[in-house]
Parts: sequence; structure tokens; C-alpha cells
Amino acid sequence: MRRTFVENRVAALGGLAVVLTAAALALIIFYVPNDADQGFSQRIFYFHVPIALTSYACFGWGAWKALRVLWKRDEHADVESYVAIHQGVVFGALTLITGSIWARASWGVWWSWGENQLVLFLVLFLFYCAYFMLRFSLEPGRSRANMSAVYALFGVVLIPVSFLAIRLSQKFIHPVVFNAHGPQMSGSQFLTFCVSLAAMLSLFAALYHVELAGKRLDSHLRELRELLT
Amino acid sequence: MISASGLGMRYGEKRVFRDVDVELGTGGFLLVTGPNGSGKTTLLRVLAGLAAPSAGEVSLPARHTVGYLGHEPLVYRELTPLENLTLFGRLYRLPERAERIGMLLERLGLWGMRHDRVSTFSRGMQQRLGLCRVLLHDPQLLVLDEPYNALDAQGAELLDGIFAEPRTWVVATHEPQRVERLATDRVAFA
Amino acid sequence: MTYVGDVAALARKDLLLELRAKETLPSMVLFVLAALTIFHFALPRGAGHHAALGLLWAALIFTALLGLTRAFVAEREQGMFDALILAPCDRSAIWLGKTIAVFAFLVCAEIVALPAFAAFFSGIDGRTIAAVALADVGICTVGTLFGAMAVAGRARELLLPLLFLPVAIPIVIGGVGGYLWFLALYDALFGVLAWAAFEYVVAEV
Repeated sequence: MRRTFVENRVAALGGLAVVLTAAALALIIFYVPNDADQGFSQRIFYFHVPIALTSYACFGWGAWKALRVLWKRDEHADVESYVAIHQGVVFGALTLITGSIWARASWGVWWSWGENQLVLFLVLFLFYCAYFMLRFSLEPGRSRANMSAVYALFGVVLIPVSFLAIRLSQKFIHPVVFNAHGPQMSGSQFLTFCVSLAAMLSLFAALYHVELAGKRLDSHLRELRELLT
Repeated sequence: MISASGLGMRYGEKRVFRDVDVELGTGGFLLVTGPNGSGKTTLLRVLAGLAAPSAGEVSLPARHTVGYLGHEPLVYRELTPLENLTLFGRLYRLPERAERIGMLLERLGLWGMRHDRVSTFSRGMQQRLGLCRVLLHDPQLLVLDEPYNALDAQGAELLDGIFAEPRTWVVATHEPQRVERLATDRVAFA
Repeated sequence: MTYVGDVAALARKDLLLELRAKETLPSMVLFVLAALTIFHFALPRGAGHHAALGLLWAALIFTALLGLTRAFVAEREQGMFDALILAPCDRSAIWLGKTIAVFAFLVCAEIVALPAFAAFFSGIDGRTIAAVALADVGICTVGTLFGAMAVAGRARELLLPLLFLPVAIPIVIGGVGGYLWFLALYDALFGVLAWAAFEYVVAEV
């Protein structure tokens, strides 16, 4: 029973992700009007920012699961935290790539230290790659779960602290799209943005459950193998 | 004193042991035997409250009433015996620390070298100091991993005397004949 | 008060160990002087005060890293965590004692490094000294926690720079810019987090 439920959920999330991504692509290419300043290339914004936000969501979810590892001694939370952060690093790498392409299209350079979001993602990318180094350097067990969780919690504190530091370090030249008065987008732009964000989030959810199901299958197999010996 | 059921331990792919049950009353003596790498040390670390088992339930006494002696004597090599024991005496908030430390050093034959650095000691002397450290706070439960390790005949006799004290013991050794008569419980790993 | 006593006993032990071994502090002092010498030749002629100041911060971070890598060597080699975490003291006292010892080594190294910097490059103002002092707190609190993680792993010395440097980036930004309030905020946030987290890093139960 449980297995089919898990399979159904993965299939449903996967289907949703495919449909939403197709819809977002269609909206971005055919529907949304060209940006007045940056022209067609600005459309990568509708990938770049939702991917970046999804990446934050992954790190946040990973930290929440990490808190459960330490607080509730929840054994399943360890692998859940790991999978969320793994997905976060994948989306983080995509953020760096799309941001780099956007910088190239807008300013003619592949990398701009002036773009806070991009610099922050570089810091986070380095930080979370070290998370994997830490994990691979330790024997599996409670100790590894605790240390990974502690490091993941440092990550979510590092995000605002680094953001603040990077803002302090340079003049703020990133185009401000959101501000205190709400999104500075037309209705069609906002719709496209929201669909794209939903697509990325559902993609994360689908990948998260697929990877988690794989990990669980691994451990079931191992238990079965042990029962046989 | 110790109550554990269905203990299992694994490190990733590698299973160390499974389904170990331990019921040890106050004053009991649990003898853990088995060849190298069979999981003796891992079980002792679980029973000392140092490691969390990957399966099963374990209930242990409060951690400050436990004494653990591992493969290493667990003392700082660049400090003297007196400095080592004073540090742990402080951390355990012992009253009349100096008297107790002096008594233990005397008993284990280390009083004469109390101001020498541990790094100059032979392995057997270090083991004696490790025994001082583990007895320092008068623990109810003593978990000793290969306590006869490196001890000479005289040291081993001192240890036999220590085993006569009314405490609860968990001892892993591959020389079980020395303590066999004391054992009230056994775990034998294959 | 027992907490303060525990921390004092543990910090005293670490200072005593260093006094006997004389390994960490001399290496840190020599390292920072060698690094400043290298930076003199790495900087182009006529490079300004700000370029040199930036390199000073890089030198300080790497010097601290050298000390942090050595911080738990005695505990690792003699398996001392097994003895320390069974003691009734709060586990965070182990972290705080070690943090104080590392802080002392770093300050000693800087007492040599800052005048040397002033002599080699350009003068140092009070704001930089205050920033260095505040940065030291953040470096030692976070670095000591990560040091305890790194010694548990197989990669050990290799792991600590990877864990620590991304978290040290904000310290460098705050230090180079002289944002004292930011460094104080960093110390408070990460100090509390490291203090609360240490127990989970060294103890399974």
C-alpha cells in the first residue's frame, strides 16, 4: 500500500513539474513582452530568479530537517536533510550558470562581482560543497548526522549574514525588481514569474522524492541482504 | 544498572553486531569476549554512553557515575599525572581532590613520578595512570576496554585488587581466564 | 560559577599543553611574518594602503586556520573526547575553553603581526585594531567548532579550510570595510550558534 502511495506521489509531482515547466517555457518565450531596457535576453530572469528562490527553499528545508535531527533525534531527517541540500546545490549551480549567462547578455561579462545574488550564490556553493566533503569524510552514524545537521544550520545563518556582508562590500547595482511596494512587474510578467517559480518548486519536490525513494530503497535492500546472511 | 535490548550497530554498509541484550544489576560483572574486530569496543562505547546504537534501546546510569577506560589511557601526554588528575578532579567537582589523587597515585605506584610528563612513561605506566583517572570520581559503573593491556605482573595484581571493589563492571578482554570467576554475565562475540 | 571554573580549568590545560609543546604559537608567528613578506613581493610597486590592508586580512585568516588545525590534535591523538564528554561539566565548556586558548594564540600572533605590518606597509589605525579584535572572536568561536568536526573526519587537516573559509568570507568583508557593528553582529550570531551546537558535534548521546 505504502509503496504505491509513494510511487503515486512521485509520479504526480513529476507530472506536475513537467506540465508547469512546459507552461513556464511557453509563457516565457511566447507570452511575456520584451523588457524595455534589456530586450529578449532579459527573459532568462524568469528562470534565474525562480531557480535561485528554489535553491533557498532547498537549503531552508534541509536546515529544518537538520533541526529535527538534533532536536527530535529523528533518524530519517538526516537523509532528508542531505537530499534537500543536494538538490539545493544542483539548483545553486544552475543559478550560477543562468546568472552568468544573464550577466553576459546584459553587461557583456561572464561574471560580475557587482551582482550580489551571484556572489552570494558563489559563497553558498562553496559552503555547501564543503558540506559534502564533511559528510564523505565521516563514518555513517549518529555522529555524522549530528555534524552534518550542525553545518546545515550554519548555512541558513550564513545566507542572511553573507547577503548583508556582500551588500556592504559593494554598491548595489543588481536591478531591483521587488521592493517594499510590491513587485514592479506588469500583470503578464508577474504571471510568468509565478508559473516559473511554481514549476521550479515542483521540480525540486519531484527530484527530492525521487532521490529519497532511491536512498530508502538502498537501505531496504541492505536490510534484506543482511537478513539473508 | 544497565538495561539494553536488541542493540545493533552498523556503520553504513558494515554491520558490527546485532540483537545484543544486556541486563546488568548493581554489583554485576559483565565480561565481553571475542576476537579482534568483533565489536567489543563498539559495544563498550555504547554501554558507557559514548556511542548511540543504530538499533535497540539502552538505559544507563547518569554519565558522571560512569568511568570509561578505552584502548588509550585517555590522559594528556604532555601533562604530568598530577596535572591530568587535577584537571579531571576539577571537572568532576571532587571534594578533597588532593587527598584522593594522592591516595590513587600511591595505590597504583605512580606517586614517585607524579611530576613527570606522561609522554616519558612506558605503556604500562600510562595504563596505571588511566586506571587512576577512571577511578578518580568513584564511579558506580566502570567500563574497561582491555584493562590488562600492557600491565606488568604487579600492575595486573593491582587491577585484580580493584576488581574486588563493590562496583558494577563491564570488561572486554581477550584473556577471559583472569576475570572469569568474577563474571556474572557474559557477551561472547564470534 | 562552576561553569566558569570548568572553562578556566580547560583553557588552562590548553595553554599549559602549548607551553610544553611549543608548536602552535611559534608556527603561527613565523607563518604570518612569512606571509607578510610574500605579500610585499606580491603587491605591485606603489600599491595603496587598501591593497595591503586586504592582504593583512588574508594573512590573519590563514594564520588563524593554522592554529585552528592544531587545536584538537591532543584530543584526537589521545582520544580525549571520550574522557571529557563523560565528565559532568557542560560540554560547551570544552568548546569555550578551547576557544579561549585559540584566541590567546591568535592575539599573540597578531601582537607580532600588526606592528610588522605597520613597519612593512603602512600604518594601522585604531579602527583596524578594533576590527581585528572583533574578528578574532568570530574566527575562534566558529573555527573551534569546525575544528572539532574536522578532526573527526578522515580528511582532517584538509577538511578544516574547506569548512571554515566560506564562513570566514563575511569576516573579511567586515574587516576590510571596517564595519565594527557588522563584526559584532557576526560574533553574536555565530558565537551563540557554535556554543549551542558543540555538544552535538562531540557527543552522540
